[in-house]
Amino acid sequence: MGIGIRIENLRKVYDAPPPMAGGGAGFSFAAVRPASKEKSPRKFELVALDGVSFEIRAGEVFGLLGPNGAGKSTTIGVLTTRTQPTSGRAFIGEYDVWRQQVQAKRLIGVVPQRPNLDFALTAREILTFHGAYFGQGARVRARRADELLEKFKLTDRATHMVRTFSGGMMQRLSIARAMMHDPEVLFLDEPSAGLDPQTRLLLWEIVRDYNRLGKTIVLTTHYMDEADTLCDRLAIIDHGRIISQGTPAELKATIPGGYLLRLRFDRVTEELLVDLKKLPGVTEVRSADQAFVDVYADRGGPLIGPIVNTAQAAGFELRDVHIAEPSLETLFLHHTGRSLRD
Amino acid sequence: MNWKTFYALLARDGHVARRNLLPTLLQNLLQPLLFTFVFGKVMTTSGMMPAAYKSMLLPGVMAISMVLAGVQAVAMPLITEFQFTREIEDRLLAPIEIGWLAVEKIVAGMIQAMVAGLVVIPAAWLIMGSGVRLDFGKPFEFLLVALLVALFSSAGGLALGCSVGQTQIGLMFSLVVAPMMMFGCAYYPWSALESFPILHMAVLVNPLVYASEGLRGALVPQVPHMNTLVVIGALAAIDLGLLYLGLKKFHQKAVS
Repeated sequence: MGIGIRIENLRKVYDAPPPMAGGGAGFSFAAVRPASKEKSPRKFELVALDGVSFEIRAGEVFGLLGPNGAGKSTTIGVLTTRTQPTSGRAFIGEYDVWRQQVQAKRLIGVVPQRPNLDFALTAREILTFHGAYFGQGARVRARRADELLEKFKLTDRATHMVRTFSGGMMQRLSIARAMMHDPEVLFLDEPSAGLDPQTRLLLWEIVRDYNRLGKTIVLTTHYMDEADTLCDRLAIIDHGRIISQGTPAELKATIPGGYLLRLRFDRVTEELLVDLKKLPGVTEVRSADQAFVDVYADRGGPLIGPIVNTAQAAGFELRDVHIAEPSLETLFLHHTGRSLRD
Repeated sequence: MNWKTFYALLARDGHVARRNLLPTLLQNLLQPLLFTFVFGKVMTTSGMMPAAYKSMLLPGVMAISMVLAGVQAVAMPLITEFQFTREIEDRLLAPIEIGWLAVEKIVAGMIQAMVAGLVVIPAAWLIMGSGVRLDFGKPFEFLLVALLVALFSSAGGLALGCSVGQTQIGLMFSLVVAPMMMFGCAYYPWSALESFPILHMAVLVNPLVYASEGLRGALVPQVPHMNTLVVIGALAAIDLGLLYLGLKKFHQKAVS
């Protein structure tokens, strides 16, 4: 049966910049926050994970969704033994990832954010040596390597050194390598970043197929559509904290009203906000600055007319309208006040 | 400890080393052998150096080749593999404690250092021609010293490889390796420095001194050399120190 994952109150504070493409790739460094004010401001401190707990059930596709620097890669780093947590614990199946690394490593396959292929080897050798590291016999690893090369359409480049490969080919080979020893849990860190649409669809298909074998899949992404179509359950992470978790449908249902209308006026006053709140179907009105108003409502387009009328009656000029349908994007906006792409 | 994985990691390094055999040999052996030709052949044949210099030079050249081979075999790939491409990550995820990966690197480096040392003996002998008087009467002492030198070079390579970035490789060679070779008593015996009392003592921090003098004691005992027990003690202490430092640095690099 499949393997589940449990994370308990995980905290990670970096005291030096995390290595690129390692556990902490993609940090925007905007999240640098000194732990206490007495400490010297020059000392580097980056709180990457701040008390993260969640559970991933055996055999599900679980997504970690969040913007760059949210802590997704650090979470993956901890779960794959590559990052030492400052405190808290993580379990793959029954094994404590930090204390029983070897047992945990046997259960997992990892597709990194950026391909980290062994440049001294050919494509086929990368797979066969990987199999050998996991104790596969010569015949088994030769057969499996050929199968995977075929499946990932790399057979004709099998004997080439990988430094000549395109980004997409490297990514495919990384996934093939992660599957080589048939792991129970597959981690994919931003698997579709930089992939062309066709390869992306192939990737999704491969992930679903692998999941059908009863394997647990953990992926991080900042693409809403990917999280929406691929994941059974999601956790939304920002600034090292889990903001919300559940199935995509559950999460979308928590957005007040469902629709989000982003309005821009020539100016915004309290009265305007109060007037907008009174409109039919409006559940919440927020204003972040002098010109923008976010209106959460149970309808989208039909509300435009009343909004225009209200604004005109009160002497305001509506300059721009954007309607977002119920989606994880609006959910993220609702929880963090900023877009995933910010 | 997982022998299957350890052996597979070693096989991978062996495979890569075999693929790069010729460039690696040239990189490690060309310079010492050119030096052997100029000083051991040209200078001695022309009478500017005594013929006895040949026997004195050979163990020193062997020490340099071993150290270069071991350091390069471990440090250079590590520097590349730990930079932003993180090529080493796949091996760090292999089902073995990561300390064993560092040990595997050291073993692979030691094998390459031993091969380089064993290739240099006949090569230098051939280049210098008659007049080289080697004594293989103490095979165990020779083997022990050679192993300690190999361990020093590859553990040193591990420590260097985990401390130096890609951009500092040139600096590492001009600041660490070049002075080490010149003041390593490879081209002259330690006793030759007696006329320079400060230097005579200062070079004792250089591990290559013990490597050259130790191999001299084992291969050409007729040439003045340092006491073998001192050499073995010093090399063992240096090996342990570098091993500790290298493993520690490796852990720091490997885990964020």
